[in-house]
Amino acid sequence: MISRDDVAHVARLARLALTDAELERMREQLNAILAHIDALRAVDTTGVEPTSHAVPQFNVMRDDEPRPCFPPEDMLANAPDRAGDFFRVPRIIEE
Amino acid sequence: MTAGKWDVVIGLEVHAQLTTRTKMFCGCPTTFGAPPNTQTCPVCQGMPGTLPVVNRRAIEYGVRTALAFDCRVNHACRFARKHYYYPDMPKNFQISQYEEPLAEEGWLEIDRPDGHARRIGIQRLHLEEDVGKLVHEGTLETAQASLVDFNRAGVPLMETVSKPEIRSPEEAAAYLRAFRAVLVYLGVCDGNMEEGSLRCDANVSLKPAGAARLGTKVEIKNMNSFRNVQRALEFEVKRQTEALDRGERIVQETRLWDADRGYTRSMRSKEFAHDYRYFPEPDLVPLKLDAAWIDEIRRVLPELPRARRQRFVAAYGLPAYDAALLTQSRALAEYYEAAVRDFPQPKLVSNWVMSELLRELPGDDERAIEQATVTPSRLAGLLRLIDDGTISGKIAKTVFETMVRTGEEAAAIVRREGLTQVADAGALAAMVASAIAGNPKAVEDYRKGKTAAAKAFVGQVMKASGGKANPAMVSKLVEAELEKLTKT
Ligand SMILES: [Zn+2]
Repeated sequence: MISRDDVAHVARLARLALTDAELERMREQLNAILAHIDALRAVDTTGVEPTSHAVPQFNVMRDDEPRPCFPPEDMLANAPDRAGDFFRVPRIIEE
Repeated sequence: MTAGKWDVVIGLEVHAQLTTRTKMFCGCPTTFGAPPNTQTCPVCQGMPGTLPVVNRRAIEYGVRTALAFDCRVNHACRFARKHYYYPDMPKNFQISQYEEPLAEEGWLEIDRPDGHARRIGIQRLHLEEDVGKLVHEGTLETAQASLVDFNRAGVPLMETVSKPEIRSPEEAAAYLRAFRAVLVYLGVCDGNMEEGSLRCDANVSLKPAGAARLGTKVEIKNMNSFRNVQRALEFEVKRQTEALDRGERIVQETRLWDADRGYTRSMRSKEFAHDYRYFPEPDLVPLKLDAAWIDEIRRVLPELPRARRQRFVAAYGLPAYDAALLTQSRALAEYYEAAVRDFPQPKLVSNWVMSELLRELPGDDERAIEQATVTPSRLAGLLRLIDDGTISGKIAKTVFETMVRTGEEAAAIVRREGLTQVADAGALAAMVASAIAGNPKAVEDYRKGKTAAAKAFVGQVMKASGGKANPAMVSKLVEAELEKLTKT
């Protein structure tokens, strides 16, 4: 079971500001999702290798050949703020 | 190192930018110093709906390095997402490796200050993508905003974690030097610490001398040169020693090295800093590295610094000191071998490379050595002029300096400046005679058995000839002349 503290913790890691009501709603929804996983757990998987991917595919690689980049104008088109061709973000000072 | 009653335990994490032409998961070029945000695309900026594809060469470079460190290359490996929020990372997660990294369990041999070699274990080696670069707007104090350039975001990085087996700051610097040399020899990284191609973090802890259990470790970041690594670790060892001696406890934290002020300071501890919530990267299928491919990479591994050093001693009869200096970079070792091929007197070539070339150029700077104006064949040409008696060794040093400046052949400079050695016996005899005639006191000294007086005459003649006299001939003539005088 996921507690309200768990939800608050994950929300903070994801930089999400949730109201108390939202926290409670997320807690309920996340627990519902986990309950669904519990249903999957009921399946007997003895002797089945754990896997991270659904398709039996491996070694998809590309050659080290440069391809054209996108123009900065396009790449910055959605930026909330810019300075020249830089993205501009609230001041970050490592301390 | 034992700081009094404490044993020092250091582990190093080195991030190396791989010299692939393109990024880890997209085709954007990796050229250093391009205008901001000109080398990006929707993949490396993490736009929704894009898919990363692994750069085969990055995997090859990782395997090459793993083999050089004698690591076990994992047949099966995969990528994982490492989550944290920082504006230099467009996706808010970094594609890295967690479980099943590319390689594990290797070692690197380092030379200790006492001359003995020691193996430092390597725990793991994995690949990941670099993040963007943050620039402060205006000065640090007044900055209202930070500016982000994503050109570097997505460049392949190889992280190599040593075991906590390094015992002193000097050993840490030696490890980093040896590590860098291997990477540069392998051609997988340019090793440039100033440009950030090689970055190093350290974990430092102290434990009671002889104790098995490790003490609380502190992570040190922001050490961007060999010298700073050693200085930062020396400071940190001292700081921890003093704290423990006072009976205090060490707090597990991350500290930043401040090179200007010469100390480490605590980073505001980020409460959740290490809650990365890794999980397998769903957009990248796992790798199953083909054994034949790994064998092929192993087959073409170049000669590594250590082996080359041993060969320099065995094949050229060089002292260990010379061999170590000459093999500090692949470019320098190749420079030396090319010069020896042209002028097969290994020790003489070594002396000239070590004393003259390395006075002009840093021996660990591949580019500088490769672009040296005095090429190996030009150095050989100069040495031939000494060897056949055209110029003296002393004049040769002046010629070398001119060669560095002008990029000319030695012979051209010697001809133009009339530096050819005076080897005309008649001319030299006259100079010797006049030197001896001009200094009866020294002749008297010589008669009394002070043979050193002969050297003074040789020096005088050399000086009078502007260094152009053949020293061996002058010496012979002086001896003969003094012999004659003392017999009369
Ligand atoms: Zn890209």
